[in-house]
Amino acid sequence: MEKETAQKYHRESDTMEDEVVIHIKGLKKSFGNKEVLKNINLDVKKGENVVVLGRSGQGKSVTIQCIVGLLKPDEGELTVFGEDVTEMSDDELKQLRIKIGFLFQSGALYDSMTVRENLEFPLTRVLKMKDQAEIDQRIEEVLEGVGLLDAMDKMPSDLSGGMRKRIGLARTIIVKPEIILYDEPTTGLDPITSREISELILTLQKKYKTTSIIITHDLECAKITADRIVVMNEGEYIAEGTLEEMLQSDNELVKSFLRDIS
Amino acid sequence: MAEQVIPAWKRWLEGIGEQGAFFSRFVRNIFAGGFEWSEFVRQCYEIGYRSFTLVGITSFIMGLVLILQLRPTMVDFGAESMLPRTLSIALIREIGPVITAIICAGKIASSIGAELGSMKVTEQIDAMEVSGANPIQYLVVTRIIAAAVMVPLLTLLGDVIGLLGGFLAINLTDEVSFFLYFNKCIASIEFYDLFPAFIKTIFFGFAIGFVGCYKGYNSNKGTESVGVAANSAVVMASLWIFVIDAIAVQITNLLYYQ
Repeated sequence: MEKETAQKYHRESDTMEDEVVIHIKGLKKSFGNKEVLKNINLDVKKGENVVVLGRSGQGKSVTIQCIVGLLKPDEGELTVFGEDVTEMSDDELKQLRIKIGFLFQSGALYDSMTVRENLEFPLTRVLKMKDQAEIDQRIEEVLEGVGLLDAMDKMPSDLSGGMRKRIGLARTIIVKPEIILYDEPTTGLDPITSREISELILTLQKKYKTTSIIITHDLECAKITADRIVVMNEGEYIAEGTLEEMLQSDNELVKSFLRDIS
Repeated sequence: MAEQVIPAWKRWLEGIGEQGAFFSRFVRNIFAGGFEWSEFVRQCYEIGYRSFTLVGITSFIMGLVLILQLRPTMVDFGAESMLPRTLSIALIREIGPVITAIICAGKIASSIGAELGSMKVTEQIDAMEVSGANPIQYLVVTRIIAAAVMVPLLTLLGDVIGLLGGFLAINLTDEVSFFLYFNKCIASIEFYDLFPAFIKTIFFGFAIGFVGCYKGYNSNKGTESVGVAANSAVVMASLWIFVIDAIAVQITNLLYYQ
């Protein structure tokens, strides 16, 4: 019921704009002799939640690492907000990254810092905020948003897997990015926590009006968060559409994939 | 055979190139502004204070053992009175800096290599980079400069503690007053004993910090690579210490003894 409400809220309140914020065409990436991305084409519109489904090792994470400039593609077009990521200088890339949030699979919390210091880090180093009262207010706001206000002074090692993801999410949204890239946000979590994280992603997306690409192989997460689903297999997108369209697809690979993960 | 040798050379040259690029990123970030003072102070504490006990104990034993080893030969030559002078010159010019640096290579380079390697494996460095923060400035510049500052200070403290060890060793068999012993030690030390030794320890500290950071920052993504980063950081830092020492002695001899 909760899931249905979230989905309904998601669809009804969504007023997607036509502006394409991420444009990928003919993207290729190899590691040694292994061709990981063969021909990726994807346009993501402003305010859209695109879920990329696929088995492990198909190049899903490589795609979003290319978007954020962590990896350089071998060939193809890749623009974010109309600017070519592949041609950017370090400074331009740094400016772009301020507008893009990235949630790592593990949360990637800085383990020598408390939760508060983890959240302070992007504010003081990236946004160069100096006013401590304003910093504290932002930290409290995002921690309240992810329901972990009481974890402020804990170390990452004291947190459970689900809590780490929530804090990772809080650290991602604290700089108010326009795009958020989620790398398997529910992997390694129990079904209840997975659903909570998926619903949290949706709630935060509505609150901060972000555009998202969610890499996952969790169909439940896709059901809750997706406006559009892209299915990836062996370095290529083999199908694209809403979840309903995917479930009715004639493509054997899509059918087999959705059957396997549902 | 030739096919095996060429890739090995290629890898070696690539490694040199990567280290050059890493060094250039380090230098650019020193002057990029926004020095991370709080992290620098924390690293000074981690590198300096936490290594002090180990360096102190080792230096004390080194001073003590050196006197015990030297004494019979010096007695044979009737040169017992030269023991404080011999020890202080040996400790300050060579043994103190090299032993301290080797201990620091084992303790500091491995710990930096393992820490940054583990941050790489758990995607913390990537997280810093994609957030728009500067991991080189926060993680690398602070650690390298802290090592370059703390290793010379540890060496100076180690030298003094080593002389104390020597004092104890002399007093096991003879009776020498504390003031006479230290007076003899200090009187025998010249500027050209102390200054070149101090300068080379700055380079030792730099090499320890740089190698630890380079190995950790560029480790592969796997738990095994954390151990590899720590281990290779110790090996490479130790090697660099001896190379720098060999170069430093030539330069010192050219400047002061010719």
